Amino acid sequence: MAKQIYFEDVEAGYEIGPLEKDPTTQQLVKYAGASGDFYQIHYDKDFALANKLPGVILHGALKNAFLGHLMTDFAGEHGWLRKLAVQYRGMDVPGVKLQCKGKVVRKYVENGDHLVDCEIWIENAKGEKTTPGSGTVILPSRGAR
Amino acid sequence: MANKVVTEEARKQVGVEGEPVTVEIERGAIRRFAEAIGDPNPLFNSERQARKSRFGGMIAPPTFYRSLMSPIPTIRLNMGEAFRGLDGGSEWEYFQPVRSGDRITVRTKLVDLRESEGRLGPMVFIVMETSYTNQFGEVCALQRSTAIRY
Repeated sequence: MAKQIYFEDVEAGYEIGPLEKDPTTQQLVKYAGASGDFYQIHYDKDFALANKLPGVILHGALKNAFLGHLMTDFAGEHGWLRKLAVQYRGMDVPGVKLQCKGKVVRKYVENGDHLVDCEIWIENAKGEKTTPGSGTVILPSRGAR
Repeated sequence: MANKVVTEEARKQVGVEGEPVTVEIERGAIRRFAEAIGDPNPLFNSERQARKSRFGGMIAPPTFYRSLMSPIPTIRLNMGEAFRGLDGGSEWEYFQPVRSGDRITVRTKLVDLRESEGRLGPMVFIVMETSYTNQFGEVCALQRSTAIRY
């Protein structure tokens, strides 16, 4: 297991990631199989083109999973991802590397939980934020050990 | 604006919950999902390592719930057969981990139907709330998701 981060280690502005993802058409097929989302725009190029898309595109939910990966890595084994929200603003296509990033917005204690609110997003190769979102994690506290 | 696409019949479905579905969570399904999203976290991949963790065994990654589906009430829209669909996004809340061997009951409710005029004609935003409850009656997660039809 990776090194654990504690509530005391982060402040507003603390940077999370980047986590790089390099989605391929093979990954889209694997994701379709694992998730049960068989909408053809994610693996059938002719179908996608007929639907006025540039070709097959990533499942929004796969990008949601990438940001989930970013946040569970950040929370670590002793943390807990409490909230995760994503909006699909732009399409992403296989063959273009993506960077999953985030930064801490606020940290606070509520009902004994040490909470950290974060802004998170996915950037494409042009630096466009195609998938903005937010997340809240509970982190362990050194004081509470 | 008058509703052109969202019919009165469709609007009556707001607040209606579809039939619940109960799914048994297999370890292989968790591992396959983690592999598909490219997440090597031992908690999602290795029972041997996850047993030594505070969870005492493998758990599912946060968006694994997308693979557990339950039907939503039928919504008939005035869009003909040729409409296209897009996923608008999701908001999740997590309360309890899902473990292999759990029996998760999935319930999906239609909570909002909104119509607007987009660049490509009428667009309908379909907002759903899905709850995931384990065999002990504990709500493990909630998802609010928006589907777009145009």
